[in-house]
Amino acid sequence: MSTSPIREFERSLHRVDATSSVVEPDGFDAALADAVEEPAVGAPLPFEDLSLADHPVALDPSPRELREARTGVTGSRLGIASLGTVAVESRAGGDELTALFPEYHVVVLRSSDVRPDLRSAFAWLADEFDAGRDSLVFETGPSATGDMGALVQGVHGPEAIHVLLVDDE
Amino acid sequence: MSETGADADRIRHLLAAEGDQIKANTRLFNEERYAQIDDVGSERHERYRTRAREIKEDAIDRLPDLIERTRASVEHNGGTVYVADDAADAREYVAEVAADADAERVVKSKSMTTEEIDLNEALEASGLDVWETDLGEFVIQVAEESPSHIVGPSLHKSREEITALFEERFDPDESLDSAQALTAFAREFLGERIEAADVGITGANFVLAESGSIALVTNEGNARKCASVPDTHVAVAGIEKIIPSVEELHPFAELIARSATGQAIPQYLSLLSPPVETPAVDFDRPDEPGFGGSDAERDFHLVLIDNGRTEMREDDDLRETLYCIRCGACANSCANFQSVGGHAFGGETYTGGIATGWEAGVEGLDAAAEFNDLCTGCSRCVDACPVKIDIPWINTVVRDRINRGKDPEIEDKLVDGLVPDEEESGTPLRKRFFGNFETVAKLGSATAPVSNAVASLTAVRRALDAGLGIDVRRELPAFERETLVEWADGRTTVADPERRVVLYPDVYTNYVQPERGKAAVRTLEALGCAVTVPDVGGSGRAPLSQGMIATARSKAEHLAADLGAHLDAGRDVVVVEPSALAMFRREYEKLLPADEYERLDEGSYEVFQYVYGLLENGADPDALTAGDGSGVAYHSHCQQRTLGLEAHTVAVLEDLGYDVLTSDVECCGMAGSFGYKSEYYELSVDVGESLADQFEDTDRTVVASGTSCTDQLEALLATETRHPIQLVAP
Ligand code: SF4
Repeated sequence: MSTSPIREFERSLHRVDATSSVVEPDGFDAALADAVEEPAVGAPLPFEDLSLADHPVALDPSPRELREARTGVTGSRLGIASLGTVAVESRAGGDELTALFPEYHVVVLRSSDVRPDLRSAFAWLADEFDAGRDSLVFETGPSATGDMGALVQGVHGPEAIHVLLVDDE
Repeated sequence: MSETGADADRIRHLLAAEGDQIKANTRLFNEERYAQIDDVGSERHERYRTRAREIKEDAIDRLPDLIERTRASVEHNGGTVYVADDAADAREYVAEVAADADAERVVKSKSMTTEEIDLNEALEASGLDVWETDLGEFVIQVAEESPSHIVGPSLHKSREEITALFEERFDPDESLDSAQALTAFAREFLGERIEAADVGITGANFVLAESGSIALVTNEGNARKCASVPDTHVAVAGIEKIIPSVEELHPFAELIARSATGQAIPQYLSLLSPPVETPAVDFDRPDEPGFGGSDAERDFHLVLIDNGRTEMREDDDLRETLYCIRCGACANSCANFQSVGGHAFGGETYTGGIATGWEAGVEGLDAAAEFNDLCTGCSRCVDACPVKIDIPWINTVVRDRINRGKDPEIEDKLVDGLVPDEEESGTPLRKRFFGNFETVAKLGSATAPVSNAVASLTAVRRALDAGLGIDVRRELPAFERETLVEWADGRTTVADPERRVVLYPDVYTNYVQPERGKAAVRTLEALGCAVTVPDVGGSGRAPLSQGMIATARSKAEHLAADLGAHLDAGRDVVVVEPSALAMFRREYEKLLPADEYERLDEGSYEVFQYVYGLLENGADPDALTAGDGSGVAYHSHCQQRTLGLEAHTVAVLEDLGYDVLTSDVECCGMAGSFGYKSEYYELSVDVGESLADQFEDTDRTVVASGTSCTDQLEALLATETRHPIQLVAP
C-alpha cells in the first residue's frame, strides 16, 4: 500500500494527538490567522517566502509576553511522516522557547520538508550537523506525563500542537 | 537464618505496600512495548538491537579515545569538560560551577547519574535551592524517598497517595484530587522555579563525541527548559554514555522509548551542542524585549563521571553493564520486579535486573548483595534488553563474588563432606545445599520412600527452615526410588532406527520426575528412534543458580565430555528439562571452550522440538496419543520461551488434535530453588498467582514444561500438573 507522505504525516500527527491542516502558499496568511489564538509569540520563520510579519505575533518577545502567550508559532524544516514528529531548531530567534512555553504550539512546515521515517530524518540530520546546525529537538505530540496517576498532556511544554503544512510541491 | 528474617519482612511489606501499583504500571509498559515491537516488526527491531550492541561494544572498547574526542569538541564549541574520578569529585565540581555562577537556585531534569553521586544533598548542603522538574522525580523529592524504577521513579505511588502527599506538604487552595489537578499544580510550582533558576542541571542519555552534543529523552519537555532557560547548564553523565557521532544515535533513537515505555519515539528527543543559540531568558527583566535582553554568555559544563566505570570496563564479566541505556525494560519484564519493585529489587541508586551490575560496579558488592538473589535467571530480560545484555550472567557472576567471604566461620571440612562442590570456603551453607541438589537427590532417591517420609516430618521441616532457610510451607520434591537411568538400564530399544538419540537424564527428570523421562523415551521410540539414557551427571544449573560458577564449570566439563562421546557416535541429545537445555545453549558458552560449546549446542534439542522435527520429516503421528479435541492449558518454561521453543510444543499438541490454551504471564515465579527459600516464598506465590488465576477455572488438563513450573502449579492449583510429553506418549 503506498500513500502520500503528507497523508501519512497527517495520520501520524493525529495519532500523537496533534492536529494539522494543509494549505496552498497563497492561503498561508489566512490559515495562520485562523490557527493563531492571541496573545501569541513567534520565532522568525526559516523560509524566504513565508513570514509572521503581518500577524499579531510578537517576535523577540519579552519574558512576560513569552509567559503569557497562548500560542507560540515556529517554523520547522523537518517533519517525519511515520511518527508525526517536527523539528524545533535552536536559533537566535528563540524557537525552542517559543515552542515550549505557550500552551499551544503552531508549527509551520513545507510539505517538501516531510521525510518518510526516522532513518531518513537522521540522514538529513547528519547533513545538518556537517553544516554546523547541531542543536534541535524532535518534538512528537504534546508534552505529556503519566507520573500523576493518569496520562495528562501539557506539562512543561504545550498541551496542543497544530501543524500548518504549506503545500509547496 | 537470621540474615533472611529481615528480608522476608521487608519483602512482605513491599508486596503489600507497593506491589499492586508497580505491577499495574510495569505490565502496562510491557504491553505497550510488545505492541510497539509488533508495529515496527520484530525483524527490524532485532536489526536495531544488533546494531546498537555493536555500537556500544565498539564505543566502550575505545572509550579513552572517545572521551578525549568529546573533550576536544565540547571545548571547541566553547564549553568545558570535566572527568570526575568519583562521586565526591563530581559533587565538588558541580558545587564550584554553581558558586562561580553566584547561583541560588538550581533546577534539574531527571538524571540517574546525579542520584548515583547524591548531588542534590551536596548542593543543598552548600545552601542551594534545588528542584527536580521531572514530575515523577518531583514526587520522590517531596516524599523524601528514593526512586523505585529507572524510568518511572515514583511508579510505586498511586494517584491518591500523591494527592495526600501534596496536599499535606503544600496546603493548596483547591483540592488536588485528580491527575490533571496535580499536574497543573506541579507545572505552576516548577515553572516558577525554572524561571528563577540560575543553573540548570540535566543528565545525558547519549553524548556524541564528534560534535560535542548531548541527547536527552523526555516526555514532559523539562530537560529542554532546564538546559536553555538559565544561562549556565551542567550536564552530568557517566563516561559510558559516549557514542561516536549522530550517525550512531539512530538505532538508539529507534529503541530507547520503545523499550522504556512502549512509545515509537519520546515526545522530546533533544540534541544539544551547547552553548546553544537559543537566547537565555531573563525573567528578572520581564518587560524587556528579546527574552529579557540578557547579555550573559551561555556557560556549559559536561561532567563525565567515572566512579568505578573504568574498572568495570576492564572486568570481562561486568563490562557489558556499560552498554546499558537505562530503559528499564529488564525491570518491567521481570516477574519478581513486578511484584516488589525497585525498593526491594535495587540498590543505592539503580533498580531492576541490571542494577546488580551497576551497584556492584559503582557502589561495591555489598550494595549488590542486598537484592542480587531476586534474580532467578529466567532470562526474559535478555530478550527485552535493547542492547542484548546478558543480565542473568552478570547476576550470577556477582553472586559468585558475593559468595566468597560469606559464612567464613563455618567449619569447612564438615561442609565439604556434605557438599562435594568446587567452591572456595566461605560460600554460604544454604547456597551449597541448593547448589549440590544433585547429591541430595541421589541420597534421597537411594533411600526413598523413607527419605521422603522423613523429609516431610514437621521436626525435620523446622530444622531445614532454621538451618537452611527452606520454607516449611513449600512441599519438597519427592524422590523416586527407581531413577530414570535405572529404569532404562538394559532395556531394549528400537532395533533398526531412523535416528539414534540419547535422552539426557537431568537431575529432576532422573530422580524426581522419571515418569516424564519414560514418556519421552516411549514417544521417541514410537517415532522410530533408538533411545539410550546414559548415566551422566547434572548440567550445573543448580550450582550456577547459587552463583557457584566453579562447580557449575566442572559439571559442564564432565557432562560435555560424556555427551560429546555420544554425539561423536552419531546420536542426537534430547533434553526434557528446559533449564538444562538453556545451560547448553547459553551459559555453556561462558563455561566451556568454544568448540565443545558449539558441538553440544548444535547437537542438542528440546524434546518437543525434536518430536516436531521427526513429524515434519515424515514420522507417523498416529503412533502417539491423539487429543481428539481435548483441552490443554499449557505453561511453557521461561527459558524455553526465551530460547524460542514454546511454539514447537503447541504445534505438536495441536497437530495431534489437542485444543491448546497457552499462559500469557511472564513467569511462574518458582524458578528452581527460589520458591523454596523462606524469604522469597511469599514473593514466589505472589508471582505464581497470575499464572494460577489464568488456569484456575479451567477444566483443561494442565501441563507445564519445567520442573519448577510444575511444582508451582501443583502447589497453587492443587491439580495434578504433568509435562506435555506425558499426554502424547503412547
Ligand atoms: S540492561 Fe538493557 S533492558 Fe535493562 S535498563 Fe539497561 S538497556 Fe534497558
